[in-house]
Amino acid sequence: MTTEQVDDWASDFDVLDPSYVENPFPIWADLRQRCPIAHTERRAPTWMPTRYEDVTAMAHDVEHFSSQRVAVIPLQVNEGNEAAGQVGEDGPSLEYGLPPISADPPLHTWTRRLLLPWFSHRKVAEYTPFTRELCQRLLDGFDGADEVDAAVDYAQQIPVRVIAHILGVPLEMADTFTGWVREVLEFADDIERREHGILSIVEFLSSEMQRRREDPGEDLLSVLLQSEVDGAPLDDAVVLGMAVLLLIAGIDTTWSAIGSSIWHLATHPEDRDRLVREPELMTLAVEELLRAYSPVTMARMVTQDLEYKGCPMRLEDKLLMNFPAANRDPEFFEDPDTVHLDRENNRHVAFGSGIHRCAGSNLARMELRVALEEWLARYAKFGLVEGATVKWAGGQVRGPRVLRVRLG
Amino acid sequence: MRIRVDPEKCQGHARCIGVAPELFEVDDYGLSSVTIDPVPEALEGKARLAVANCPEYAVEVVEDVGGSG
Ligand code: HEM
Ligand code: SF4
Repeated sequence: MTTEQVDDWASDFDVLDPSYVENPFPIWADLRQRCPIAHTERRAPTWMPTRYEDVTAMAHDVEHFSSQRVAVIPLQVNEGNEAAGQVGEDGPSLEYGLPPISADPPLHTWTRRLLLPWFSHRKVAEYTPFTRELCQRLLDGFDGADEVDAAVDYAQQIPVRVIAHILGVPLEMADTFTGWVREVLEFADDIERREHGILSIVEFLSSEMQRRREDPGEDLLSVLLQSEVDGAPLDDAVVLGMAVLLLIAGIDTTWSAIGSSIWHLATHPEDRDRLVREPELMTLAVEELLRAYSPVTMARMVTQDLEYKGCPMRLEDKLLMNFPAANRDPEFFEDPDTVHLDRENNRHVAFGSGIHRCAGSNLARMELRVALEEWLARYAKFGLVEGATVKWAGGQVRGPRVLRVRLG
Repeated sequence: MRIRVDPEKCQGHARCIGVAPELFEVDDYGLSSVTIDPVPEALEGKARLAVANCPEYAVEVVEDVGGSG
């Protein structure tokens, strides 16, 4: 079904087209000038803004653009398909979806409030030593190696363990979680794999919830199960939806940001050297790398027939919140396609804009920073392995999936 | 120089406290507020940086007498 060649990106775009996955930047630049809100009928009627102004305005208009369906690539569930009852067009058919990400107010408001304190600026500082040791242990494992896969052997290993630590689920299952999450987010057109990933996560977390009901701990999952809202305990389906979201939301995304950043430094030795020389740049540099290589695109559902800047949108059309493209808009960022590690005007929206601002942004930022600091402390002169191909994933989450790097 | 955070606009991106930890505090829910008013002259550069990095335009300059920057 995929990869029928795209002739006109303005009227028939395909975010899974290999050329787009590999290098979407010139495509956005062209669209911004000629058709800033592109359209396609592939998979589902979908609109795609590429200007900062439009993306942020739409993200703020939660009345007309609902979060009920946030998957970039809709799951086409076939009739008669065994799992069809459990997997909806957009993901698992949990009674409350995956709040807060797939919720509109008021469900969004209170589920988000339950999560925020776990990922606050202060709380994230508590997870930093764990993250730093984890990175150091991974790097210890490279001792003696000349080259490694920085995506698979490093970036991919970090966020999954951090979130497992916070949720209180076994760290030994890290690889299994990674597999499931990739099935959900990356194999967009392979319905069976997506279903398998979603159902595995639901089943695993349901049993973890059961365990905690009998023997509660102090982890996030236990605390959610004991929480009350307006004097009543939370519905199990709400807790399950939130837990599934946390497992899905923090892994591929953060791993992609770490991988893209290492790719950038491997291919731009002047930036690599500068960051080694001027570690105080790290705060601005992390934001600049997030801007330039924003991994995450989210979707919205149009809630009524309407016209936006001349585009006739219909009820239930999909709308792509193209935060990555917004972050490269020249109207908004000077010299947007160049990474300036010390960029001072940087209102990037890699973590979204408005009420759905990434609840894990403090955590993600910390992980990216620590992963880069620890890497650079060991390897100051790394680069790509000559001749090796870098493989990128795209769609909902963009980042390198194979990244051969020489360490010296 | 005086700055403030508009609580209606702030969505808790924590970019302000990232670039100017001396000037802001952020509560458990992400809401930011200014801790020093007026901004000491030595921190005016950082205050401007916070303004220029808030994606929600929530950090506002309410009074600016020139200063460095
Ligand atoms: C670099 C890594 C990450 C990026 C780029 C990222 C990006 C995003 C974006 C763009 C949104 C907004 C969704 C929308 O507007 O529909 C979002 C929401 C969310 N993210 Fe992240 N994310 C990252 C890491 C994480 C981590 C580590 C967690 C923690 C587990 C997390 C948890 C969440 C949650 C719970 C939401 C839903 C917030 C809401 O709807 O109110 N994310 N993320
Ligand atoms: S950067 Fe802006 S939105 Fe974020 S916490 Fe600070 S004031 Fe609030």
